[in-house]
Amino acid sequence: MKSKKLDYAVHIEDLTVAYDSKPVLWDIDLDIPQGKLMAVVGPNGAGKTTLLKAMLGLLVPVTGTVNFFKEEENNLRKLKNKVAYVPQSGSVDWDFPATVLDIVLMGCYGRLGFIRRPGKKEKEMAMECLQKVGMEAFHNRQISQLSGGQQQRVFLARALMQTADIYFMDEPFKGVDIQTEKAIVQLLKELRGSGKTVVVVHHDLQTVKEYFDWVTLINIKVIASGPVEEVFHESNLKKAYRSSVNLLQGAM
Amino acid sequence: MEQVFTLFKDYTFQTVALGSAILGLLSGILGSFAVLRKQSLLGDGVSHAALPGVILAFILTGSKHTEVLLLGALVSGLMATLFIISIVKHTRIKFDSALALVMSVFFGFGLVLLTFVQKIPNSNQAGLKRFIFGQASTLLQRDVIFMSLCGVILLILVLLFWKEFKLFIFDMEYARSLGLPANKINLLLSFMIVMAIIIGLQTVGVILMSAMLIAPAVAARQWTDRLWVMVMLSAVFGAVSGILGTIASSLTAKLPTGPAIVVFISCIVIFSILFAPGRGILQKMIHRRNLKQMIKRRGGNEDVSTI
Repeated sequence: MKSKKLDYAVHIEDLTVAYDSKPVLWDIDLDIPQGKLMAVVGPNGAGKTTLLKAMLGLLVPVTGTVNFFKEEENNLRKLKNKVAYVPQSGSVDWDFPATVLDIVLMGCYGRLGFIRRPGKKEKEMAMECLQKVGMEAFHNRQISQLSGGQQQRVFLARALMQTADIYFMDEPFKGVDIQTEKAIVQLLKELRGSGKTVVVVHHDLQTVKEYFDWVTLINIKVIASGPVEEVFHESNLKKAYRSSVNLLQGAM
Repeated sequence: MEQVFTLFKDYTFQTVALGSAILGLLSGILGSFAVLRKQSLLGDGVSHAALPGVILAFILTGSKHTEVLLLGALVSGLMATLFIISIVKHTRIKFDSALALVMSVFFGFGLVLLTFVQKIPNSNQAGLKRFIFGQASTLLQRDVIFMSLCGVILLILVLLFWKEFKLFIFDMEYARSLGLPANKINLLLSFMIVMAIIIGLQTVGVILMSAMLIAPAVAARQWTDRLWVMVMLSAVFGAVSGILGTIASSLTAKLPTGPAIVVFISCIVIFSILFAPGRGILQKMIHRRNLKQMIKRRGGNEDVSTI
């Protein structure tokens, strides 16, 4: 099923990734159209995070190519201003001696290049990004004193700081309360509204329809990818989760 | 007091104190990075691994100059670091195990070489053993100049790549997603830590060098939540204990400088762990007690049943 003549943000061909002998991702062909809010959905161990990391060039795939925005060159160093990454907040040590503002400022390090330091302009922008995630009151807070949801929002602000065209987020709703979740979704929709592409690893099947307009179901291979209304239905889900039980609570 | 005063005018003392201060300063700065990367023990590994390099340098060149011997130390220290990095990268062996493996192999090899060398006449005067326990009194002016030169290079590198180091240490994957050359930064940082260790070998020796790397950073971390403050404090702690250690060993007969320095820095660590505001144990206890008392005073039924 080829997607219609949409401009793609990411184009993946024949991507296979393996840590050991067993492939974690097998022969992935995927087009992510521009200006969509896409969920990556699949069971544990389906390779969602791996897919994200492979797209970001953090992993070396066995085979396959990842291209951004029709550019021949998929070199991340050239694209560093276009691609933003929000890792899982558990991936770092939060006892690092830094304030919230310090962490958000890291978002512009790629843009600044070597030697140059963030100045007044960058700090103002960082405050704006913090405001967008509702964390401006915490800008001077030591990062070890943040809750899980607050950490997640700080990472989000750091990604906003990059002013990228495409955002990759690894479970941004993990450990986040419902109010914050809604606020983040609002933010993601605003990003989409300004023409950005957002790819989110997502776990809660019940909210997929409400939050996203594009979805990719994976389990080692791509099960289905396309607009939520077309692809996100019970039979595809059963295929992805290898389940015989209904996974959606009558929402469909 | 008078004694201290005359001491300060003494030329040898000046040399040794300056050398120890530079050593403390550098290991304080680079140690902060090592500790934050959770590679505290890298210092231990590299300094032990430097031993065969020192002795091989002597065997090959026959020279007793500190620079030559330290160059040997640098080479074998770097080799050990590269081994550790590539073991971690290409196998499932974790950093601590890789470090222990490489360190013991290198140090064992160094000891074998040492016994071998001691059978060669004239080798004793090379004072190879001073690299095991360190002997600050053997510091010459040219050694101190050599140390300062390395120090200036390290400081410039830290200033130039400050932002990259900070990001890399906090979140390596994110650094890579920004397009930073993470492998090169890793190598550079490891190389700099190795250099700081090598500089300290002559003064405090293979065995105590890891304390010089870890202790100032651990103490400094207690007092602040800002990276640059931590690095500065760590440098100050290192330098101050270097000078204090030299004074103590000059005033007391037969007290070696290296261990004296380590004793001083350890005192700073203990004091910081106990009394630093915020992270210190004492303040935590006070907070806890106050909270308990507040809860008591507020009251509530004491015999509420719990399930």
